[in-house]
Amino acid sequence: MEWDSIVAEYLAVCQIRRAMDLLFTDAQDEFRHQVRRWLEANVPSEARGTGPLRSLDTAEGFEAHRLWERTMYDARWSVVSWPAEFGGRGVGLMEWLIFEEEYYRAAAPTRVSQNGIFLLAPTLFEFGTPEQQARFLPSMASGEVIWCQGWSEPDAGSDLAGIRSRAERAGGSAGADASASGGWVLNGQKTWCSRGAFAHWLFGLFRTDPAAQKHRGLTYFLVPMDAPGVTVRPIAQLDGETGFAEVFFEDVSVPENQVLGTVDQGWSVAMATAGSERGLSLRSPARYTEAAGRLLSLYRQRAERDPVAARRVADAVARAVIDAEAYKLHTYWTATRVLDGGSVGPEASMNKVFWSETDLAIYEAALALLGEEAELFGADGHPSSWLDGFLFALAGPIYAGTNEIQRNVVAERVLGLPRV
Amino acid sequence: MHFAFDENQLEFRSQLRALTDKSCTPADIREAWASERGWSPSRWAALAEMGVLGLTVPENYDGLGLGLVDLVLLLEEAGRSGLPEPLLETTALAVPVLRDAGGAGAEQRRARWLGAIAAGDAVVAVGTASMPAVPGAGRADLLLLERGGELHAVEAAATRQTARRSLDGSRRPAEVAWEPAPATLLASGGDAVGVLASLADRAAMGTGAVLLGVADRLITMTAAYAVERVQFGRPIGSFQAVKHHLANALIRLEFARPAVYRSAWSLDHGDPEASRHASMAKALAADAATGAARMALQVHGAIGYTEEHDVQLWMKRAWSLAAAWGDAPTHRARVLERILGAGGH
Ligand SMILES: Cc1cc2nc3c(=O)[nH]c(=O)nc-3n(C[C@H](O)[C@H](O)[C@H](O)COP(=O)(O)OP(=O)(O)OC[C@H]3O[C@@H](n4cnc5c(N)ncnc54)[C@H](O)[C@@H]3O)c2cc1C
Repeated sequence: MEWDSIVAEYLAVCQIRRAMDLLFTDAQDEFRHQVRRWLEANVPSEARGTGPLRSLDTAEGFEAHRLWERTMYDARWSVVSWPAEFGGRGVGLMEWLIFEEEYYRAAAPTRVSQNGIFLLAPTLFEFGTPEQQARFLPSMASGEVIWCQGWSEPDAGSDLAGIRSRAERAGGSAGADASASGGWVLNGQKTWCSRGAFAHWLFGLFRTDPAAQKHRGLTYFLVPMDAPGVTVRPIAQLDGETGFAEVFFEDVSVPENQVLGTVDQGWSVAMATAGSERGLSLRSPARYTEAAGRLLSLYRQRAERDPVAARRVADAVARAVIDAEAYKLHTYWTATRVLDGGSVGPEASMNKVFWSETDLAIYEAALALLGEEAELFGADGHPSSWLDGFLFALAGPIYAGTNEIQRNVVAERVLGLPRV
Repeated sequence: MHFAFDENQLEFRSQLRALTDKSCTPADIREAWASERGWSPSRWAALAEMGVLGLTVPENYDGLGLGLVDLVLLLEEAGRSGLPEPLLETTALAVPVLRDAGGAGAEQRRARWLGAIAAGDAVVAVGTASMPAVPGAGRADLLLLERGGELHAVEAAATRQTARRSLDGSRRPAEVAWEPAPATLLASGGDAVGVLASLADRAAMGTGAVLLGVADRLITMTAAYAVERVQFGRPIGSFQAVKHHLANALIRLEFARPAVYRSAWSLDHGDPEASRHASMAKALAADAATGAARMALQVHGAIGYTEEHDVQLWMKRAWSLAAAWGDAPTHRARVLERILGAGGH
């Protein structure tokens, strides 16, 4: 072959690789089938007498969900995108999205380890020391240690930087420049910690320099919930279950090696976690496309029984279904950008508003289809999955930074409007 | 899976943007709207020279022979710039109909028109049976018209037209009276059904793409105004009510975009779900654009309610294109029908 034509061919190949392609590769399809086969054989199910699991916000359900995490971990499916040394398979972002699609398709249990694997883990990979990674990641991946997030306080919600819980150098010398490595003493109160009623460890923000400006002087700590001086008070949520908790700290000792990132730089570490919470990792699109699929089935059933009543809700159903798919497409679009070397900045705030509102729209449409039946609990004494999903979806616009705060971020940091 | 445009596609958009930044300013748009034809022959010639008009024309008729994924960013750019010329109607609607319709005389018709379109020497308008008036009929040399399940190609001279004024000064619709003849027949029966169905899908995607650009421009203009306009001693963009209006509009736009791009890809690749994808694209883009228009007007206040201010140029385009080729509720209903299958309500 002539040199010229070799070059031309090479360029043509590059061109093809860069061109838009909305199909998965054969290897990705194979990965999908592998995931599907394993989940089909292993997901707790009524047919096999292994499911469904009780709610993860009950003591019994929490343990059952941990066991499921262990089963996945043993087959190396619990954290597919992590490196093999921590129990993962080292797959890429697209494969992770495929895994999530299959996970929701299989109606597999809610991830009891989600605060750990989706929020803390990316932060540990970015800011953790090798020792911290080796110490915390495998037990997180196996479900042995369940983590909760200790950020909010009674007087610091949206205004997170206003937290007052404090950490002081053991022995009394304060601040980052104290050379003593005698660790820290924590005092104060956290609240609304999801899974806090049963979790084993907490990742939290504490004030280490009271003299510094609000966003400075905060430090990110990793704290065992059974440490002396930690008291947990479970709080019943809207659905009656103890989905979150207050956590009190009274002279709780924490060694130096449980500081994540740099002392007094906790805000930037926390913002990395928040990026994961709002951006690509906490809420994968399959969650909504699967729910939208169930909404369509419900619509079909209802339309057969009472077409007039169903048609009243048709536009809302279509909207919810379209928005769920729009979220999925936007995720693939963003994932491609990230894989091509781009990053996700304040746009993550758009994501958070969109997924939370889409979720709510799906369940609101479902309840509208159910009409007066919606409020009724089933024979098992529990709300229907629609009512339950609706109650949970209602929290979406509040947690992970309220949607009002996200809109402020979009307006100021994406559109450049003045802060004032 | 690689959901991104390639460098050539992005480069083509940059070239078109450079052209429109220079020769499609708000003053140019106003001039076009006020003109007798509604558009500028010299800009049309520049578009032909860039290769834009022949983008979907096959190479053997002197076009570029490219697809909708190559076109979609240019349509978006047409919306952003407020381009008065019928880029969408020509590249996404008329050319593929002429290219794809079989039947007697198809080859001669292609030879007669496609090269001329690519060169900017011929303009074609498209009118379906349900349209109250055919956009751009008055400036067209050839009209592709539907009646009774047939599609005909009728030369402008063989039609009688009654021009109708319309909100968007570049649309130039006219009621068209015409007589079908064996010589004008382009497609009938199953052939026509197929051609018309894919026309409708391309139109949904294409109007959606233009609307993305329209929404983008409305949001950018309004954000700039919100920084500049001072009330109560501070820029109105520092008021949270204003911020949230703008943020909501941007969120609707950003989540409509990938759906429109996906629709272009599905149409190019003959995806079996391409129709549903096109309807999703239009539903999302139309809502994004009409929402952005409402927002833009509200944030501008009274100045936005004038003809003098430029924001009206894009608001009006948003309203007319959102309704053209099926509005958002229509397309949502189609999405539901397609998913549930015929007989689903
Ligand atoms: C189900 C659930 C689980 C949660 N899990 C956790 C967890 O695991 N860990 C944890 O740390 N926290 C958790 N949270 C707490 C959550 O992060 C906070 O609720 C959230 O940050 C809002 O704080 P707040 O509830 O104190 O509301 P507030 O901050 O008091 O806000 C009340 C209202 O005022 C609005 N508002 C406040 N400031 C502004 C402003 N500047 N501009 C416009 N509007 C404003 C808010 O948007 C909201 O509508 C959880 C919350 C819920 C509901």
